[in-house]
Amino acid sequence: MKTEYKIIVDLIEEKTRVLDVGCDDGTLMESLKKNKNVDARGIEISKDKVQTCISKGLTVIEGNAELDLKQFPNDSFDYVVLGQTLQAFINPEIVIKELLRVGKKAIITIPNFGHWKVRLNLLIEGTMPITESLPNDWYNTPNIHMCTIKDFVKFSKIINFKIFKSLALTNKNMSNISNFNLFYKNLFAELGIFLIEK
Amino acid sequence: MNIKENIKTLVIKKPLKLDCGKTINNFPLAYETYGLLNKNKDNAILVFHALTGDQFVTGINPVTKKDGWWSYAVGPNKSIDTNKYFVICANVIGGCMGSFGPSHKNPDTNKIYGTDFPVITINDMVNAQVNLLDHFEIKKLFSVVGGSMGGMQVLQFISNYPDKAGTVVPIACTSSHSAQNIAFNELGRQAIASDHNWSDGKYLSNNTLPDKGLSVARMAAHITYLSKKGLQEKFGRKLQERDALKFGFDADFQIESYLRYQGSVFVDRFDANSYLYITRAMDYFDLVKQFDGNLSYAFKKTKAKFFVISFTSDWLYPTQENKDIVIALNAIGADVGFVEIKSDKGHDSFLLDVPDFLNTLKNFLDKSYSER
Repeated sequence: MKTEYKIIVDLIEEKTRVLDVGCDDGTLMESLKKNKNVDARGIEISKDKVQTCISKGLTVIEGNAELDLKQFPNDSFDYVVLGQTLQAFINPEIVIKELLRVGKKAIITIPNFGHWKVRLNLLIEGTMPITESLPNDWYNTPNIHMCTIKDFVKFSKIINFKIFKSLALTNKNMSNISNFNLFYKNLFAELGIFLIEK
Repeated sequence: MNIKENIKTLVIKKPLKLDCGKTINNFPLAYETYGLLNKNKDNAILVFHALTGDQFVTGINPVTKKDGWWSYAVGPNKSIDTNKYFVICANVIGGCMGSFGPSHKNPDTNKIYGTDFPVITINDMVNAQVNLLDHFEIKKLFSVVGGSMGGMQVLQFISNYPDKAGTVVPIACTSSHSAQNIAFNELGRQAIASDHNWSDGKYLSNNTLPDKGLSVARMAAHITYLSKKGLQEKFGRKLQERDALKFGFDADFQIESYLRYQGSVFVDRFDANSYLYITRAMDYFDLVKQFDGNLSYAFKKTKAKFFVISFTSDWLYPTQENKDIVIALNAIGADVGFVEIKSDKGHDSFLLDVPDFLNTLKNFLDKSYSER
């Protein structure tokens, strides 16, 4: 299982209710059920992946987070997880607010656009960066709102949510992000993982 | 007729108060079963049939001699695996395959009921069928499954009997019959009523049959079960056994011939008055209204696991109407999965060979069964 998922599983307390937004093939949900005895639900936009999840016995609805989160009442989950998809939404602000309405806490992971390889790519090549975590060309990428770890931290102040925990993933190694190391983490981390609250 | 010998019937002695206010008792409920009930009696699935279905879900229908209506989905190793599950299906009351219906004799007058038969509802149908659980001494069904009107019965069943099923699978259905669907049903009813042979529903006493009306009703309905794309691909403008248009009103086009055929075979197996009664039951179905405008309340008491399925090309019970059920369930934190299956086969998709649907249904049931 991806290191990212292991970190998320560690962040989530046992026997809680979790909604995985964009749950993919249900790998994270399965691990949450197995390791944390979690009541897990998923939303997934791909029909094939929903069918895969159903075959694993997972409770998943086919849907789009921007349209379908509104059917859940306030605070209906302890955690809402959004893995590496914030950048693909038309309005990330509305999505974050919806995550924090539906869930008491949210876990958001973002591919870091501030990573040195991305920066170097643009600086040297002069073309839109293509990396392992961002494999698409500019014209076919679903990612329309890329941001850096630093951007996300700034965003928390602009739209007013609390970052409870911020973690960086660099070469499969996890570390804490703080005000003191933000510059370095923003340069070297491939992924930012944030536990946030209203 | 020896047909009746092939029909299993449970006589329900317990009085059943119908929504129309009348009470019926000692009435027959025809049913069929497939597979074996296990020792714990926890492997039973109650399947509900759609408008023109019956209890003969799979195998050869002993009356029509054709494949059962859900042969693609039900049988050994199929989606609803009869090697594993005990499948029960009953003919709805108001129907014409042995259950209490308008073609039966009224014991008080010794005349065939016709339109004197009480108007029945989806609620009445499931309240009649729940007696099958007592008959087989089943405390809790593993699952209730059905498409179209069968799906409406699924929803009504779990609302009425929240503890009597572990999993709930409404397919291509709605919680409240739409104006468009009422309109199509009314078209069918009017086609029947305008056939002179219908004689205000007394045709069986007159030894006539409103074949023309019933077949037009079926033709119109059949169009609503398909999709534009499906029709175009299957028939296009292909001509029926001719090279050129005949400049007349014979069936020039294959689609015309196909519909006429569908109409003509339908009248051999279906009773016109039953068609009126069952379409009426569908039109009256409004689970939202039953719960004062809040569908969530219909499911508040159940802990069952739901799986809602719709089809992309179904315009009769479109995805949004199925999704409304999902939304109502999510609003109360119920355990609900949902998928819209891609298919060009329209509303009929659930009855046909649509592998994505059949696999998903199987996976859901088998996984839920192993985790029960």
